[in-house]
Amino acid sequence: MQESQKKTRQNIPDLIFRLLTGICAISIVAVMLYIGWELYKGAAPSMKEFGFRFLVDKTWNPVLGEFGAASSIYGTLVSTLIAMILAAPMGLIIALFLVELSHPVISRIVGSAIELLAAIPSIIFGMWGLFVLVPIMQTKVEPWLQEHFGYLPIFQGTPMGVDMLTAGIILALMILPFITAVTRDVLQMVPPVLKEAGHGPGATMWEVTKAVSIPYGIRGIVGAMFLGLGRAIGETMAVTFVIGNNHEISSSLFASGNSIASSIALEFGEALNDPMFKSVLIQLGLILFVITFVFQVLAQLWIGQLKKHERS
Amino acid sequence: MKSTSLTLRRATDWTIRALSMIAAVVGIIFLIWILWDVATKGITALDIKFFTERTGPYNRDMGMANAIIGTLYITLLATIIGVPVGLMSGIYLSEFGRTHPLSVGVRFFANILMGTPSILIGVFVYTVIVLKMGNFSGFSGGVALAIIMLPVVARTTEDILTLVPNELRESALALGAPRWRMIIQVVFRAAKAGLITGVLLAIARVSGETAPLLFTAFNNTHFTFYDAEGPLRYVYDMNEPTSNLTVTIFQYAMSPFKEWKELAWGGSLLITGAVLLISIVARVVFKGGKTTRV
Repeated sequence: MQESQKKTRQNIPDLIFRLLTGICAISIVAVMLYIGWELYKGAAPSMKEFGFRFLVDKTWNPVLGEFGAASSIYGTLVSTLIAMILAAPMGLIIALFLVELSHPVISRIVGSAIELLAAIPSIIFGMWGLFVLVPIMQTKVEPWLQEHFGYLPIFQGTPMGVDMLTAGIILALMILPFITAVTRDVLQMVPPVLKEAGHGPGATMWEVTKAVSIPYGIRGIVGAMFLGLGRAIGETMAVTFVIGNNHEISSSLFASGNSIASSIALEFGEALNDPMFKSVLIQLGLILFVITFVFQVLAQLWIGQLKKHERS
Repeated sequence: MKSTSLTLRRATDWTIRALSMIAAVVGIIFLIWILWDVATKGITALDIKFFTERTGPYNRDMGMANAIIGTLYITLLATIIGVPVGLMSGIYLSEFGRTHPLSVGVRFFANILMGTPSILIGVFVYTVIVLKMGNFSGFSGGVALAIIMLPVVARTTEDILTLVPNELRESALALGAPRWRMIIQVVFRAAKAGLITGVLLAIARVSGETAPLLFTAFNNTHFTFYDAEGPLRYVYDMNEPTSNLTVTIFQYAMSPFKEWKELAWGGSLLITGAVLLISIVARVVFKGGKTTRV
């Protein structure tokens, strides 16, 4: 739709309407910047007090007023990493099933079911994780892992169930639908003629996927991974229930930990009357904000390139 | 292709096929497993008292009536603030500034806002509203949810309006209709199903949110009606800390009491059922068209 260049044709109500919509659109930018500014302002006392040491210090003692973000950053990254290791390949092969293998009717039903998983509120994942998954992890899965892979440093210590591994698994379940849905759309966009060119000489389904579909859609697939990652990194309620809220750093996935989001959720209430504690938690929020911001910008630049790539 | 034996290639292919089928089944199993637990553990808590009695204190007739009403009010407030602004933003992006540099920035920031963790929205609203007003309030909770809805509604509105063929716009303009009438009466009408779907999905998304309400709406164990009698006796005072389902579920689930945990499951069933129902209705409304994704 080309805009009419003749300003004379525009009447006053049109101008007002246009202005109103413009203001609303700008409000999105304004809110986003305002959030960043407020977090920065709230974090300022903590930044002044602790400096850059905050990022690498794992002390956490609200009573003595000593704080460091290291354990929270570590927990956030590790739980997200576990989630990605589980959900990325699983999302990819489920998408493969939906596009290449199943009957269209089954594909639609299974696809919708996986998407329904995304509609379940995160607090439900958290509760279910705590009351159903944690006991299973504690009594079945983790002892089994320890028995067979106990020599690995990541499977040390007493399996408690409330730990990094369980948090990672819950996160994986939560981001699976996003990765699956986007990857499915990407695989569906691969022109059939390209795939047929692979099938013609006798390549198998997996060979065609590996040599044709994945390279063709690699940008979209990576974009899907970014989306999943961005979601996992800031997820709050589900993690809060199962991660254990412990400000320690342990190489074992059976140790309880904390994430930035879970610390804010659980400790902000205690910090309301302690300005420095509150500022520390807001600084944790600022760190999370910066991390997700960077990932989102990267994802957008990536997808923007993708669109340019498609046009050319 | 590498020169591997046909048997090996076929074996690899079948392994991948089997794995992908298993992965799909595992995904479905987890969905059914979660829903099954929520349904069976929740249904026993959903008696009459659940819908008539208020939350806390312990050891009396317990229910979640005040939390249900509070969640409805907070979500309604979020919708009233978030949907119109989101729709208008979507109109700007699709109808006025499609290629304008401003739109590029708005889209960019809308996508980033959508990816911003909801707990940070909660902290933000705490600092700009709760601290300034001096107390937790249902109003601030509604604003937090509205901020989460805003970019979602804006982007889906834009996507859906873009699908409306230009011929419709041109014919309306050719008849002499001003642009705003063309948009409201022609473009909106053509895109009605999609717009309703977008709004419903945005409502579904925020109604299950917990993190942004923790330090904004907070929680309350009472009905916070304006008046005991009077015409405002059905209206919640949104200047008070307002009880809501999700924060109550969080507190009850983390509590040591068996009865509270049972109530939390009941609340979970209610909120999950409502969210899934809205999502499914949204899809049914839109079934004629192609789903657009942001």
